[in-house]
Amino acid sequence: MPEPVREVVGKAAPLEADDVDTDQIIPAQFLKVIERDGLGRYLFYRWRYDEQGKPVQGFVLDREEFRGAGILVVGRNFGIGSSRENAVWALMDAGIKCVIATSFGDIFYNNASKNGLLCVKLSGESVKHLREKAKSGTLSLTVSLDDQVVNYLDGKIPFEIETHIKERLRSGLDDIAMTLSMYKSKIKHYEEKMPTFLMPKARRSPLE
Amino acid sequence: MAFEGLRKAGRRVSRPDLTFAVMDHNVPTGDRALPVLDDMSGKQMDALARNSAEFGITCFDYLSPFQGIVHIIGPELGLTLPGTTIVCGDSHTATHGAFGALALGIGTSEGEHVFATQALWLRKPKQMDIRLSGRLPNGVTAKDVILWIIRRIGTGGAIGHVVEYTGDTVEQLSIEERMTLTNMAIEAGARTAIISPDEKTFNYLRNALYAPQGDEWDAAVQYWRSLRTDSNAQYDTSLHFDVNNLAPQVTWGTNPAMTVSVTENVPSPEDFADASDKAAVMRALKYMGLQPGMKVTDIRIDVVFIGSCTNARLSDLIDVARVVKGRRVTPSVRTMIVPGSQLVKRRAEQLGLHRIFIEAGFEWRNSGCSMCIAMNEDKLGNGERCASTSNRNFENRQGPGGRTHLVSPLMAAAAAVEGRFVDVRELDLLNVEELELKGGFNA
Ligand code: SF4
Repeated sequence: MPEPVREVVGKAAPLEADDVDTDQIIPAQFLKVIERDGLGRYLFYRWRYDEQGKPVQGFVLDREEFRGAGILVVGRNFGIGSSRENAVWALMDAGIKCVIATSFGDIFYNNASKNGLLCVKLSGESVKHLREKAKSGTLSLTVSLDDQVVNYLDGKIPFEIETHIKERLRSGLDDIAMTLSMYKSKIKHYEEKMPTFLMPKARRSPLE
Repeated sequence: MAFEGLRKAGRRVSRPDLTFAVMDHNVPTGDRALPVLDDMSGKQMDALARNSAEFGITCFDYLSPFQGIVHIIGPELGLTLPGTTIVCGDSHTATHGAFGALALGIGTSEGEHVFATQALWLRKPKQMDIRLSGRLPNGVTAKDVILWIIRRIGTGGAIGHVVEYTGDTVEQLSIEERMTLTNMAIEAGARTAIISPDEKTFNYLRNALYAPQGDEWDAAVQYWRSLRTDSNAQYDTSLHFDVNNLAPQVTWGTNPAMTVSVTENVPSPEDFADASDKAAVMRALKYMGLQPGMKVTDIRIDVVFIGSCTNARLSDLIDVARVVKGRRVTPSVRTMIVPGSQLVKRRAEQLGLHRIFIEAGFEWRNSGCSMCIAMNEDKLGNGERCASTSNRNFENRQGPGGRTHLVSPLMAAAAAVEGRFVDVRELDLLNVEELELKGGFNA
């Protein structure tokens, strides 16, 4: 279950790219990997490694001054393309807790909220401003979900967020917990009236 | 992944008795006594076996005598029943709709949600009636019908809808043919597809391993008879097709709507007015290595794949036998038959079908998804051209650079014999009796 999110504090790393699709975030070849933990290794794989799998120097998240960055400041249309939730898992596994962009891919945005990854939408100007500042490797941000504001040393930028997304993030309830808290008895009632003849029962041992 | 999520949150599978696991996508289809060569697949299979054991789920694993493609074994084991709701982490789950079940393909998080809650959030889809009337000519099959429908309505034609197939043609079709129709509704963008259950449905399930027995069977049938579609049912969209004059269909391009009749020519970009259509056709022709306007029957093939959840059931194999018995495949063509399940395989062997295939020169393999998705070692080479009974002809689907033509089992078998596409209606098709199957066969 995701941790409740009220505030994200961390160093910001700038990623100067628009229309980053989920294939860039994590290529399809890693979808066979069977655990979520460790997916961070494959984050932005094609940008971080060459064809032979050797690290490419200079990718922002691999640079010394951005070690441990928890906030990614990108461009517009982040997370478009395939619905793979692995993109969110890979970002979170790499320590990213918040992404700031002008806009997000729909499914990615929804997936992020289910997993406790805070996505903040700011104007193109503000995003650019923060990205420039972040380049120094010393920009620290406090993103308050409660107050809907991005705070930094010499300023603050308010943001809008959908109420249901905000509540889902703040409660830390995932969809499963929400369903169970709201509908557990209804589900139970339905199951009780399900006719037994619809229940699978192996007649013989399946090995016969 | 879904199991991993459960474990992390300390949750269990809520109804292990109603949950089943199947190994199909990446299983090798060669000798099952040999170790699994692909490391990643082996690990994935081990993980599924371990997770199933941990969460108390029955798993039809690689070595199970009932292993097979999930959409084939569900029905044949009687796990797919009319009036049930079925979900599976695979888009072709719609197949099970042929039994009057509401069957939905879902994603990883949704899978985890179902495991934990036995429920699913769903926006009510729109309903589309596809009414089919007329009798299919000899040599024309349900596969040709669905390819033709997709050609007519496009890959997005049924988006947002649950498709119900109705009409006298559907009533005449066997259950296995109906499954071919529901299976490929996804390729027209449908959320799923469904067919009203009838006596044929019940007969197909009678005596299946998990189907109800004795009094419970009678109670079930009584309930199932109440599930018929109302004669005054209302739909958001209604379409009607007549199949009386349908010809065998062949896809020429890189999505299932890029289909023509075997008697037609491959299209040219000039046939299309719209610039983006022109570009799409050009791109597809280039990928497929075809000349604009060439005859379909001039397309030579390198590989024939009989398999997949669309067409790898017993009746499909019988169709292949109707073409190839007493004939030989073209020596330069690589031909493989991958039964949809180990049960299909055993039944085929009991009937002696495998002898017909092996004598004709086919490879007779074990069951799995195989070259439908090319996650195991069954793959097309770069530029290789395949007549395939599967459901997707996307670029690289059957292997990097591979070229796929979707066809019926009859058409694939005929292509295997001739080394190029031919109109199977022009061949001497044996009827089932002429196959002289051991013990006989009843469709
Ligand atoms: S046979 Fe092909 S389409 Fe069917 S479940 Fe397997 S991979 Fe998917």
